[in-house]
Amino acid sequence: MKDFEQPVLRVSHLNKQYGKGCASCRDAGGMVLNKNFCPVCATVYACRDITFEVYAGEILGVVGESGSGKSTLMQCLYFDQKVSGGEAYISSYKSGRENIFTESSQQKRYIRNRMMGKVYQNPVLGLKMDFSSIGNIAEKLIAAGNRNVREMEARGKELLEHVNIPVYRIKEAPRNFSGGMQQRVQIAKALSNNPPLLLLDEVTTGLDLSVQASVLDLIKQIQRRLKISVLIVSHDLGVIRMLADRTIVILDGRIVEQGLTDQILEDPQHGYTQQLVQSLLV
Amino acid sequence: MEEIIAVEHLSKYFTIHNLGKHIEALHDINIAMKEGEFVGITGKSGSGKSTVFKCIYRTYVPQRGSIWYNSKKFGPVNLTKASERQVIYLRKHEIGYVSQFLNVMPRTTARELVKQGVLEMGRAEDYAEWEAEKMLAHFELDRELWDSYPATFSGGEKLRLNIARAMVKHPRLLLLDEPTASLDYTSKLRVRELIEQLIREGTTMMGIFHDLEFMENLCHREYTLRDGKLVDRAAVNLY
Repeated sequence: MKDFEQPVLRVSHLNKQYGKGCASCRDAGGMVLNKNFCPVCATVYACRDITFEVYAGEILGVVGESGSGKSTLMQCLYFDQKVSGGEAYISSYKSGRENIFTESSQQKRYIRNRMMGKVYQNPVLGLKMDFSSIGNIAEKLIAAGNRNVREMEARGKELLEHVNIPVYRIKEAPRNFSGGMQQRVQIAKALSNNPPLLLLDEVTTGLDLSVQASVLDLIKQIQRRLKISVLIVSHDLGVIRMLADRTIVILDGRIVEQGLTDQILEDPQHGYTQQLVQSLLV
Repeated sequence: MEEIIAVEHLSKYFTIHNLGKHIEALHDINIAMKEGEFVGITGKSGSGKSTVFKCIYRTYVPQRGSIWYNSKKFGPVNLTKASERQVIYLRKHEIGYVSQFLNVMPRTTARELVKQGVLEMGRAEDYAEWEAEKMLAHFELDRELWDSYPATFSGGEKLRLNIARAMVKHPRLLLLDEPTASLDYTSKLRVRELIEQLIREGTTMMGIFHDLEFMENLCHREYTLRDGKLVDRAAVNLY
């Protein structure tokens, strides 16, 4: 009865460490660590034993302070970083039977180009700033195997219109755009291959409030219309409250709490989550 | 299981870590309801009425006891242990919650808000539109307000919108958390009429009301809470 639906993404025991680790930090089970840092060998344990699922059409929020490992988690899932251990399965890839972390780099590219879209906090990482906006989208489409120029152009136009980039500016490079517009181009690019999974890493951080609002509305609207699953990382509980059905709280690389978003906000169990919620302004 | 919902030995406390505090909220609560019943929960402020609702809705995580809900989709489910995804499903399809506060999505119009409730049940766009309009008209929300943001609404209008949003899903179980608080007399009467209609339609409801007058001849049974405990343990039968 518990498995009345299948997850789109299943991550289990994901570990990511920078450094080899030493006897004192490996065996102590994190006891000697200073937060997630080993004072003996200087190894950083960025993600520790991360396990969660993302289901069809849901928005899963990931909150945590700076340096808690949120972005590392996203980088691992998008193959920007190599994991140190753990597994992940995507239901649309080989029926969710193969651990995507152990696939060949060619297969990883295939998964990334066809089954995922990612929006970075810093648009420089997600966009070619000197290419035209529509060219940026074409790039992702070409990577996904598309070769028909007219088709790609139509798709690019449609997507950019969808994220409210005026038609007369689609040939312009993102370099000329404001931060909010760059984020919207990134979102259009991430959506271009109709991915079942969208990864959003601090997409509204650093944007002014009204621009932030338009990006959030866009995300919500996209998720409702396209029914795609979204994993959204933010340190802003307001963003999470507005968007996420369920939320994961990460501290020092570990999941300390997960639950329904309203439960996390109204009845947080862990001391850190309580502190986070108490810091909320509204 | 004959009951639609059975709360058994429910206990809830809050641990506030940075204050080193432990707050007892509910102690050994037992409540059972049959389908089609309207049960009232009374008690002073702070007696734990809303906490019971929030435990049922899983906004709160109880420490002890179980809440058995007889789901159409899953059969008997213990709401304290059900997976998050199951609870989300039940909230979308079977259990409605109306609070005295309207939790709105920013920049979402009244029409969109109600429509969303139908859409998330997997219905088609035009059907949702039709149902939403029907509901808004039913609850006599001024047509001019349909396409405005609820942040600007009066208390009574917000409340009616709140109820419309819950009712558009035709939930099997509806939790009404002080839906008449801060309403004027006429608006209260309106809500009362709505509830009477829901009773006739056979909706199972649990309601918290501050003023006992309002409850009169409305609830089938009544439970009273004092300091997080049930008074007399059993419900007073009002018939």
